[in-house]
Amino acid sequence: MITFKKTAVSSLLCTALLSGAAYAEQVEITVSSFPNFNQVAEAAVPLFEAKYPNIKVKIVSMAYGDHHNAMTTALATGASLPDVMSVEAGYIGRFAQSGGLEDLNAAPFNAGEFTAQIVPFTLPQATSSNGALRAIPADIGPGAMFYRQDTLKAAGVSEAELIKDWDSFIDAGVKIKEKTGNYLISNAVDIKNIYIRSNLKEGEGLYFDKDHNILVNSPRFKEAFRLAKQARVAGIDARVGAWSAEWTEGLKRGTISSQMMGAWLGGHLQDWIATDSAGLWRTSHLPNNAFASWGGSFYAIPAKAKNKAEAWEFIKFMTTTREIQLLGMTEVNAFPALIEAQDDPFFEEEIAYLGNQKARIQWKEASVKIPTVAMDRYDEAARQIVDDALEKVLEHDADINTVLAEAEKQIKRKARRR
Amino acid sequence: MNSITSPSVPRKASAKKGNFWLRKGNKIAPYFFISPFFIIFGVFGLFPLLFSLYLSFHYWEPAAGLAAMEWVGLENYIFALQDDWFQKSIFNTAEIALKSGIPQHALAIPLAFFIHTSFTRMRNTVIGIYFVPYITSTVAISLVFTTLFSRDFGMVNQVLTSLGNFTIADMKVLSWLFPTENLDWQRPEYTKDMISFVVFWRYVGWNTVLYLSALQTIPKDLYEAAIIDGANRYQQFRYVTLPMLKPMAFFAVTLTIIGNLQLFEEPFIITGGTGGIDQAGKTAAMHMFITAFVESDFGTASAISWILFMLIAGLTWLNHKLLGGSNN
Repeated sequence: MITFKKTAVSSLLCTALLSGAAYAEQVEITVSSFPNFNQVAEAAVPLFEAKYPNIKVKIVSMAYGDHHNAMTTALATGASLPDVMSVEAGYIGRFAQSGGLEDLNAAPFNAGEFTAQIVPFTLPQATSSNGALRAIPADIGPGAMFYRQDTLKAAGVSEAELIKDWDSFIDAGVKIKEKTGNYLISNAVDIKNIYIRSNLKEGEGLYFDKDHNILVNSPRFKEAFRLAKQARVAGIDARVGAWSAEWTEGLKRGTISSQMMGAWLGGHLQDWIATDSAGLWRTSHLPNNAFASWGGSFYAIPAKAKNKAEAWEFIKFMTTTREIQLLGMTEVNAFPALIEAQDDPFFEEEIAYLGNQKARIQWKEASVKIPTVAMDRYDEAARQIVDDALEKVLEHDADINTVLAEAEKQIKRKARRR
Repeated sequence: MNSITSPSVPRKASAKKGNFWLRKGNKIAPYFFISPFFIIFGVFGLFPLLFSLYLSFHYWEPAAGLAAMEWVGLENYIFALQDDWFQKSIFNTAEIALKSGIPQHALAIPLAFFIHTSFTRMRNTVIGIYFVPYITSTVAISLVFTTLFSRDFGMVNQVLTSLGNFTIADMKVLSWLFPTENLDWQRPEYTKDMISFVVFWRYVGWNTVLYLSALQTIPKDLYEAAIIDGANRYQQFRYVTLPMLKPMAFFAVTLTIIGNLQLFEEPFIITGGTGGIDQAGKTAAMHMFITAFVESDFGTASAISWILFMLIAGLTWLNHKLLGGSNN
């Protein structure tokens, strides 16, 4: 008995010691995120912690703008950096160029082993000018055009007419305006935004090529401006900005008949913008064979992070596990960046809101055709200048060649520290 | 003698040993007790100030870390001053400051006088109502006003067009004064007026409170003397109230100058952070914010903030010359 007791006690002690040792080895990593990208991570953490019992994950979320400002500050000072940093597509260019993030292609990360499984256009977005991969894409936003089937029918316009090319698109808009009184698009600026993203040459960015030459004063921009102006003159745009009160009301009431945006707009239409219009909306590819992306999210490891090995396990888990990628799709409509995850039967399902269209298949097709666009750290500055130039053309009838030549000069001035 | 002093000796000794902080003549304790203010002020006040001054002479890509700073001398200042967009934002700021600032004071003084003379028991309630906009969140106010000024669905347009389309015997009698179709308040020609209106609406109550508190300090015998001299109510206002309000006017106008030149939240939310079409509603503070957080050029943004500071300091000095004279 005594010996038995002794063994029991000692074995208990052993277990306690062992678990104590295990506890001591447990590492807590911090993942910084923003809504509603954080929901995917939150849903995935229990699964991750079950698979890696010695890693504990703490998710810290802030509002979209606050998060990126806080991350900029953290990178600037090297203090209070998370182990895993979430970065949205709008910021990835600047963050990737800055050098404050680890090169994930290098050892010990060797992301090159699996990047072939990821939708190709995303990787150049996260690659710095010296070829370092600074972040791994988690989700993407393939572009689509949502349109009101009933309005098109009433005006006698087919989907094919709408997307054949831009001239046909604008003609269709005029027909819709005449027959139904509705606008085809919310703002003529949208046409410019999509046009400048198509027909890019290899290695070209939107505003700069890889040798930092400014591309603004070129046929691509002139044609984009011309089409936008033509649409404005034809009176087919509602002249409202996306996400304004007029915009949501216009989509809700159907006075705006189409909207080109990320595929995720479907979820917004269904959930809150146009809840009453079930079955009336459809989705198609963008006009003129254009393919573009709206948004997308990335995971990165700051160079000064403390637990890089564990952080890397987490990123791999989030970006290369099929189930987790699908979880993002079902949870918050985050379209998987992992190609393998796009083969799930879920993609074949009909979407009732879109008139039983198998829309996800179309978005999947689009995602592989999106061209790679080189990012530049002066992209945001150039975007503002080009938008301002287009306003001059649309509002004040300014000459397209003059404003673009002027814009080129302004961009040169802004990008003075190459 | 001995019996009197002897008990105090050990007490003194015990105080000396027992409580270091309460010891008479302790030279460290006062500094220790006042140190929290200086530490907090140093960390959150003085350091950022000096750092932004230091930063304004550098080029800095913040995401690359502190080591990436590069000395550029006055280049940031020269660049900002020569920048069309910065100049435009300064003019926008000036226009909004005047359009919202002048009506604020022009209305607040008579309003304070009216409340002061007409209300006795209800005074605090009335002034409280005028003060509500000042303590309400700017974000909430701006969102409400963008909804009110919405082109197709806003209340402002509904009221204006219903007046414009008001018909008597098939004639739109008011169409010369009011619009008959919805106005697009986001158009560049209206943006500044709309922002000015929101700012005006928000700060009238605040200025009224300032003037009212000044009115309450004016001695009654001055008015009694004026009445004996045969002054009517307007004359009392013009020759007694206004001169006595001058010190408060100096203070209130100074606050308006500082506040209006740093105007950020209202235009930022109303224009969706872009400055609106043609950048018509982009203020200098917004330009600074966009330079820092959209274009990641913290050096130039710091230079802009110091230019703005010098401008505000200059105008405050001018205001002191104009209104602050009688104080001294």
